[in-house]
Amino acid sequence: MSYLPKSPWLVHYDASSCNGCDIEVLACLTPLYDVERFGVLNIGNPKHADIFVVTGSVNEQNRSVIQNIYNQMAEPKVVVAVGACASSGGIFRECYNVQGGVDNVIPVDVYVSGCAARPEAIIDGVVQALGVLEQKYEESKKKGAETSHV
Amino acid sequence: MGKRTVVPFGPQHPVLPEPIHLDLVLEDEKVVEAIPSIGFVHRGLEKLVEKRDYQEMAYVSERICGICSFVHGHGYCETLEGLFQVEVPDRAKFLRIMWGELSRMHSHLLWLGLMADAFGFESLFMQAWRLREKILDIFEQTTGGRIIHSVCKVGGLWRDVPEDMLKKIVETLEGMEGELQELANVFLKDYTVQKRTQGLGKMSAEEAFECGAMGPMLRGSGVAMDMRGLGQSGYEHLKFDPVVEQGGDCYARTNVRIREVFQSIDLIKQAIGLMPEGSIENKVKGSPEGECLVRMEQPRGQVIYYAKANGTRHLERFRVRTPTFANIMPLLNMLPGCDLADVPILVLTIDPCISCTER
Repeated sequence: MSYLPKSPWLVHYDASSCNGCDIEVLACLTPLYDVERFGVLNIGNPKHADIFVVTGSVNEQNRSVIQNIYNQMAEPKVVVAVGACASSGGIFRECYNVQGGVDNVIPVDVYVSGCAARPEAIIDGVVQALGVLEQKYEESKKKGAETSHV
Repeated sequence: MGKRTVVPFGPQHPVLPEPIHLDLVLEDEKVVEAIPSIGFVHRGLEKLVEKRDYQEMAYVSERICGICSFVHGHGYCETLEGLFQVEVPDRAKFLRIMWGELSRMHSHLLWLGLMADAFGFESLFMQAWRLREKILDIFEQTTGGRIIHSVCKVGGLWRDVPEDMLKKIVETLEGMEGELQELANVFLKDYTVQKRTQGLGKMSAEEAFECGAMGPMLRGSGVAMDMRGLGQSGYEHLKFDPVVEQGGDCYARTNVRIREVFQSIDLIKQAIGLMPEGSIENKVKGSPEGECLVRMEQPRGQVIYYAKANGTRHLERFRVRTPTFANIMPLLNMLPGCDLADVPILVLTIDPCISCTER
């Protein structure tokens, strides 16, 4: 469990998912699961986000979009791959237009399994991502302190 | 004439759960032209028939789209049953109708929520999705999955639903009616909501028909076209009249979808009432051969499945034509002349399902 003194904001992008995982990501925000009460916000602007939630696999067309959103996010940032498709390509692995999981394009920190991933699993993945975010935050602080001594 | 600017809309955009890209050419605040580009979700699913055999393809075709996954699985199985010339037992037919109508309810409630989100009514979005969870609970109790159900197989169903659970489903749906009516009142009677939807994206019946609109888009303009009226897959036993509204604007289309939610409750009750005891599967043997085309009514409109088989375990060709693809054309007709602030509502009014469209 993380003790990061910050509300994690996330940006969601549907790479080439079947919608199943996307609506489950949205379902996390709605009354049954309601992660907004913990300060988790789904935000449209990548520049405001700490966590990048990607659903679906990578294809030729959306490769640059994923890269672009990732580059726009400020450090430290964490990537969560939600669902079987985002992790490995899933059932569409052998399709001619699917190049596999999101880790082909950007580094992924947390993988969430399932087809479609359940909201509980997605929330668990985001909580784990918070731990990674805290770690990255500490590292960047340490690095900043070292460079300032020199 | 004002200065022209091009505003890119999507693929990653706050109101879009799915990626579609529109280049909006603006003159001041008015949209002059909209140029779509698609292909962000294309996977090449139809070609997977060469690698998966016909039974496995039932699971693949469920994943054409996560919102109407049951309908796609059902459509695929019905196409294959056409190839095998197998008749499904009545109990399986009515159970399929029940799940299909539940899919329609959850899809329309999902859409109502997204629509509320598009015009900035956050609490209405939450209400719609709260009601939708009850339907997902029914799905989870009966099939085991919230989104992907994998309950249809070629020749019938994988699992039956016990009688007491059917009773409980009817009770749950009857209990929901009051809450649904409250939700509907906000969409249809609230002054601010009316201001955002009435008169927006107007389409006459001829225009809608000629540019090939489907489903609620077409019925909202006064054309009574509904594939459930074809008298197939068990619907011939149910009392059914397509929901039609004359307005032709976003308000009328919202009204069509809201009335269809209530209609679905009625159809489910009829189907459960008529459901006989008995088996849920007629086993299929061998490999499919020939050609078959099936038309069905998905929550978004008419969907067409075509399969061609050559006597092996793998199909030769599988083709799906989905309603959103047909509805992009009316969208492009509606956009010119509207304000930039109305673009999200117009995009959502077609109920876009991009992963269906591109597969």
